[in-house]
Amino acid sequence: MNEVVQLWVYLASTPLFGLTATLVVYVIAAALYDRTGSAPWANPVLWSVLALGALLVSTRTPYPSYFAGAQFVHVLLGPAVVALAWPLWQRRAELRRRGVALAVAALVGGAAAGGSGVALAWALGLPDEVLRSLASKSVTAPVAMGIAERIGGVPALAAVFAVLTGLVGALSGKYIFNALGVEAWAARGFALGTTSHGIGAARAIQVHPDAGAYAGIALGLQVLLASLLMPLVFRWLA
Amino acid sequence: MNALRGLAILLLLQAAGEGLSRAFAMLLPGPVLGLVLLLVALQWPRLREPVAATAEFLLAHLSLLFVPVGVGVVMHLDLVSRHGARLLVVIVVSTWLGLAVTALLLRRLLPDDARDEPGDAQAS
Repeated sequence: MNEVVQLWVYLASTPLFGLTATLVVYVIAAALYDRTGSAPWANPVLWSVLALGALLVSTRTPYPSYFAGAQFVHVLLGPAVVALAWPLWQRRAELRRRGVALAVAALVGGAAAGGSGVALAWALGLPDEVLRSLASKSVTAPVAMGIAERIGGVPALAAVFAVLTGLVGALSGKYIFNALGVEAWAARGFALGTTSHGIGAARAIQVHPDAGAYAGIALGLQVLLASLLMPLVFRWLA
Repeated sequence: MNALRGLAILLLLQAAGEGLSRAFAMLLPGPVLGLVLLLVALQWPRLREPVAATAEFLLAHLSLLFVPVGVGVVMHLDLVSRHGARLLVVIVVSTWLGLAVTALLLRRLLPDDARDEPGDAQAS
């Protein structure tokens, strides 16, 4: 028994643990997601996060020693954002034609998601630092943290809100679009990318290539618009 | 080999984006500037095949990349519980509103789209 504990203590402290655990848990979660025919509730990010969180809590493994291995996955987010240029470039003619409509939708949709969040939180009496951390929740987590810092929010809270927002969109988007009768893949994907950034876009990519491409455009536009406009809006409000 | 070449190209452009972002104190993050640089660089046909190989692989597994940040969220759930269920209401309602506004607006602005490529409502 003692040797098993010692082996665990050793393994849990090497980067091998975080990387292996992340990949193994995700591969299982993704296989189950496939098995359900990509049902929204079977979202692989949600279940991987819950399973790994439970593993860390139950074994009392601190997050930093998990992240020492998981960072090798995390670091690929950067090149993945750059890679979004590929689906955009493939659809460049179509995008040029629809550029104005997409820019308007990104601005209005992003303002609706962020603005309604801040307004609702204010109406419910949540503290000021929470309001400022909520504003950027529709922007992908690493960028949301940077924006929150600039407008007086708490970066860690902003990352939590961004991930939760991503999961809510990925889990419920299908039902919202069906209820509203929005059928076009472009509109469905773009809406997912606008409100639920990378996690919504990941869902859209799995569902249909057109939805995925438009979600990627929306994600990029949201990063551009939010990084440029949000600090201005908050300066003007203050 | 193509996939590796593609990864090298993506990382180089991200690094260039980070450099630009720092050097000119730009508001845009490095990877986003890298995306813009890649859009320009794709004019060069030799880059297309390697970039396609890596981009298609990375984007097909995009959800995996959010798992490490997501696990960090589980570790910070006390931050959320401190402000209670009100926060979850705020996040859920504002996300639904954002989804609805964006989707309905686009249906209005891209009217030919719904007829051209109707989605299979079952699958999404």
